[in-house]
Amino acid sequence: MASIDVEHVSKIYTGGVRAVTDVNLTIADGQFIVLVGPSGCGKSTLLRMIAGLETISEGQVKIGDRVVNKIEPAERDIAMVFQNYALYPHMTVRQNLEYGLKNRKTPKAEIDARVNEAARMLEIGQYLDRKPRALSGGQRQRVAMGRAIVRKPAVFLFDEPLSNLDAKLRVSMRGEIKRLQRRLGTTSIYVTHDQLEAMTLADKLVVLNGGRIEQIGAPLEVYHAPASTFVASFIGSPAMNLVKGELHGDKLAIGPAMIDLQGYTPASGTVTVGVRAEDLRIARADEESLPFRLDYAEELGAQRLIHGLVGDQPITAAVSPEMELLPEMRIAVDIRRLHFFSFETGKRIPGHVPAEAKLAPPEPVL
Amino acid sequence: MVENRPFLTFLTHAFLLLGFAVVALPVYVAVIASTHDLQTLLTGSVPLLPGSHFIENYSQILTGASAANGLPNYSHMAMNSLIMALAIMAGKIAISILSAFAIVYFRFPFRVLAFWIIFVTLMLPVEVRILPTYKIVADLGMLNSWAGLTIPLIASATATFLFRQFFMTVPDEILEAARVDGAGPMKFFRDILLPLSRTNIGALCVILFIYGWVQYLWPLLVTTDTGYYTLMMGMKRMVTAQDGTIPWNFVMAGAVLAMLPPILVVVFMQRLFIRGLTETEK
Repeated sequence: MASIDVEHVSKIYTGGVRAVTDVNLTIADGQFIVLVGPSGCGKSTLLRMIAGLETISEGQVKIGDRVVNKIEPAERDIAMVFQNYALYPHMTVRQNLEYGLKNRKTPKAEIDARVNEAARMLEIGQYLDRKPRALSGGQRQRVAMGRAIVRKPAVFLFDEPLSNLDAKLRVSMRGEIKRLQRRLGTTSIYVTHDQLEAMTLADKLVVLNGGRIEQIGAPLEVYHAPASTFVASFIGSPAMNLVKGELHGDKLAIGPAMIDLQGYTPASGTVTVGVRAEDLRIARADEESLPFRLDYAEELGAQRLIHGLVGDQPITAAVSPEMELLPEMRIAVDIRRLHFFSFETGKRIPGHVPAEAKLAPPEPVL
Repeated sequence: MVENRPFLTFLTHAFLLLGFAVVALPVYVAVIASTHDLQTLLTGSVPLLPGSHFIENYSQILTGASAANGLPNYSHMAMNSLIMALAIMAGKIAISILSAFAIVYFRFPFRVLAFWIIFVTLMLPVEVRILPTYKIVADLGMLNSWAGLTIPLIASATATFLFRQFFMTVPDEILEAARVDGAGPMKFFRDILLPLSRTNIGALCVILFIYGWVQYLWPLLVTTDTGYYTLMMGMKRMVTAQDGTIPWNFVMAGAVLAMLPPILVVVFMQRLFIRGLTETEK
């Protein structure tokens, strides 16, 4: 059990390429942190620096009270789960689990007890005498996790552990990882590029872009108040609609349409306006709305995603599958759910249209 | 490609049989010749059917005090060959697996240069550098010694190169997992890399044993003491016997026996080898 402090950490490769730039991050004991971002954003590099597999170019990493910059991975009291499992192919499952403990000169009885406990927890008891090649992907992933668990480390590090599994297995393993981490209470850092995995697993989400932290926050915080257009478009599926708008006082012009913000003036001039697909709906004839030219629709069963244009800007809306689709429609927006971002920097302009703003009349019952 | 053309099938089989005959006939003749007595062979034509002196010839060559004039007996030379071949094989594998380990897993100055120097020696067979090598071995006083026989042949790049190629295919994550598991470099080498290389080592053993077994030129140069004579040198000496008649029946029996160890190694190791190849462990 330990907290982790990442202070002003950068990674500069030979040739001056900066993979990670000035990252500051505090992880409380027992917290489940997810580092998420597109490929090449530095999330794996950051994890590997914490693990000790990459040297830290600048700044320092503390695990517990100890600065670990110069400490070998094995001495950092961490355990890591790799994307391709990295099981030792010539050893049986039991030997794989034991290897790290044996290297630490753990007494034999203790090793057996821990291996059996981990095997029971992960339900891999009947595979203990098999070699990894005789196991399926999901079983190998369990063994890889078992190898981490038997160590009883202060920190678990997961490097995209589920991306080699098929979609269904990934969902169930995701649940298992979450349950296991709750049960063991071990501080965990989890790297993924899958925003859904990130949202569901994290106590705290760290969104990285280009080697810098874009936002740190609880998953719902990040979802409801993305700090930048990057986070807005990365977190959530479908991605948040981002359109260019003009603010004149409390009047927002998007293409040909005008929206009344009812006295709320976040900025003036050109802004990027963000709105989630689920905060849009097909408008009734009498309300304020945007003209929408339908391009195509995607059926998801519970809802239907309609893709089209407002003016010349693409918009996706999630609507009820019962609604009739027409080539030209009008969509209404809940103004309290609009997000405003600086057009130049992409940074969020704090605040929302206040909750007491007059709502459009409720939707008629279908 | 599946084709049903009887004539083509006939043609390919004919070529195959012809090729087989070209390879196998001399061996067959040697085996046959080793079963006749000297008189029959000295008539100038080698019979194509087995003779009746099989046991006599072979027991004579194996138990005789001397294989021919001035030579030690046959089994002594066979033992010399065996020791030399095994020493070269073991030495080459030990040296090359360690140097490949260094080149692939350690970052040190001139690493790439070191690799290329090793690689370039691939293009220099023993014969090309034989004079300088002889000079060095002679100056070090290693003539007529096991060290002189084996060490210069141990230094070669083929196996280093093959191990390097194999190590490059071992995923980096395995190394990283081992580091997290607390395995230092030598522990990683012993516990993980070595077991994974088992099949490669097996394959190289076959190749290198045969390489050592058939060495002729180098032992010929560095040994003047007949006690160090190897089989290949002995065979040659038997053919150049000074007193006129060459004991062809013994020469042939000796040649057939000399072929056996490589054949046994191939047959025996190949089973390991194929098992290793079918059970991919990566």
